[in-house]
Amino acid sequence: MMEPQLITPISIGDVVTKAEQAKKDGKRLVQIGCTKIEDNFEIIYVYDKNYQMTSYRITVKQDDEIPSISGIYFGAFVYENEIHDLYGIHVKGINIDFKGTFYKTTIKHPFSVTIVKEDDTCQNK
Amino acid sequence: MSKQITVPFGPQHPVLPEPLHLDLVLEDEKVVDVIPTIGYVHRGLEKLVEKREYTEYVFIAERICGICSFIHSQTYVQGIEQIMGLEIPERAQYLRTIWSEYSRLHSHLLWLGCFADSMGFESVFMNSWRLREHILDDLEATTGGRVIQGVCKVGGVRRDITPEKLDEMVKGLKGIEHELQDLTNVFLHDSSIQHRLKGIGVLSKEDAYYLGAVGPTARGSGLAIDIRETGYAAFGKINFKPVVEYDGDCYARCAVRAKEMFTSIDIIEQCAKKIPDGTVDMKVTGAPDGEYFSRAEQPRGEVIHYIKGNGKKNLVRHRVRTPTFTNIPPLVTLLKGCDLADVPVIVLTIDPCIGCAER
Amino acid sequence: MTYLAKSPWIIHYDASSCNGCDIEILACLTPMYDVERFGIINTGNPKHADIFVVTGSINEANREVIQNIYNQMPDPKVVVAVGICACSGGVFRECYNVAGGIDKLIPVDVYVPGCAARPESIIDGIVTAWGILEEKLKNKVSSPMVSDHDHKAHHKHAQGGAQ
Repeated sequence: MMEPQLITPISIGDVVTKAEQAKKDGKRLVQIGCTKIEDNFEIIYVYDKNYQMTSYRITVKQDDEIPSISGIYFGAFVYENEIHDLYGIHVKGINIDFKGTFYKTTIKHPFSVTIVKEDDTCQNK
Repeated sequence: MSKQITVPFGPQHPVLPEPLHLDLVLEDEKVVDVIPTIGYVHRGLEKLVEKREYTEYVFIAERICGICSFIHSQTYVQGIEQIMGLEIPERAQYLRTIWSEYSRLHSHLLWLGCFADSMGFESVFMNSWRLREHILDDLEATTGGRVIQGVCKVGGVRRDITPEKLDEMVKGLKGIEHELQDLTNVFLHDSSIQHRLKGIGVLSKEDAYYLGAVGPTARGSGLAIDIRETGYAAFGKINFKPVVEYDGDCYARCAVRAKEMFTSIDIIEQCAKKIPDGTVDMKVTGAPDGEYFSRAEQPRGEVIHYIKGNGKKNLVRHRVRTPTFTNIPPLVTLLKGCDLADVPVIVLTIDPCIGCAER
Repeated sequence: MTYLAKSPWIIHYDASSCNGCDIEILACLTPMYDVERFGIINTGNPKHADIFVVTGSINEANREVIQNIYNQMPDPKVVVAVGICACSGGVFRECYNVAGGIDKLIPVDVYVPGCAARPESIIDGIVTAWGILEEKLKNKVSSPMVSDHDHKAHHKHAQGGAQ
């Protein structure tokens, strides 16, 4: 069995300070991921040092604006553009902002809506 | 300052088997800025969890990528097993380890071939793909599939390997080991290859760490990040050391992959000696309720499957962070300041796997 | 087929394939399967190619690329859809960004099923395509230019896609 994983809930305002703290502690950014839970969106920031993961969770609504941590971790821009394109959450101040062209999708913000392909006969609905 | 021009690279490009698009901003022959565009392979398969039960979804997880296929399914089922608190039979853990090292061998040989081809070294391309067929034959004989194996399931694996076959596999690997040695020696000690790779595309240790480089890209820069050390599957019971090179240039990244192939052979041998008897699967009832970050080391680096279930047959969220996705920022940094002619070589040293990256 | 006017050159494009079929196509070129014995060469330039081998299904970003490559190829030309994703969408047909098989966009001559398609069946498909190529050459068939105007018009109307 692997170690249990704790995800600490924080507020939107703490995102940047926690990122700064993580960088000071010599942690690397592992990933930023988003999940839709009913009407809310959970964004999880994961940092790692010596295979010990530290995770922070924020809960936001659609069209909320979250601060970018790409000023602290340059590589965060890929995750932040992804969150913007797939979920429609605005991220303020990304260093390389694709402005919604990172993923070209048929449906705008596909992960924020329920999708049923009407014209397809063989699918589980 | 001279005039800047933008040169598109890809999506359909002779050195890229997969579509990746880069806009290269050039000043004369020097690349001054790089803007990556992805999305040519984006299918949106993570959203299929809403339509597939968590046990069926293993097949989708496996098809995220046809090269890292086995390790994707392994990481996914590991996550589900963690959430459900399943202690799967030890034999299944060892079998997963053996197959994951086989897929690493096949992936590294594939990369070596494509990489040699990108700089016109045709004979290495042909020879490494010839050796790769031995690996694929073993994979096919034991799992039933060449590149998509479909052998992992929640609660264990679908097939067992008989002790005789296991012996045969180890003997087969021993047989190709010296050929592999010849091949990598030719590749790594060739003076024109060294001329092409040494000192090109240097990624410092600090950059690699904070930009999020993983796998051979990080290990080529002196970072010993190898998720196998956390001891998932049977790796905790195996002796191995991650291969690390310190120069951070294209040559170091190539050397890491070339040497890792021998580590993989060694791991498979150790597994064949230590593998216990017993069953290879267990009955699974219920559905996952909880969340977990499942990690594993793919040929290209650390992969993360985030799985969240709420006690129903369909998961709430499956999010995959693949090694190539997090290797994009280091790639962008690497390309700045290089010559246009070196771009294909540098791109291929991070071993991009676009199918993984875009899901 | 005992005599052929051409050595067919292929161009391969990975639409939204998982790489499984792509690496099997590459495996066809290498010593184990060796399609070069038929004179088949994998080229990177659409203007040199006779056979267009596509893996994976259509999505929003690559429809333009596929059309461009198809339109740039000289006549006669043959399209081979390799793998079940290229034939119909396969396991990904229900994904929001997958529009279906390649035949929704360009005319397909040979379908090679399988996930992933095995090198043997890929070679079989390409050799079948070769026969069709000869036929098209004999009858001087010219392939239509394909365009995506309908889709674009629809797209504007539906306001889909990220902006």
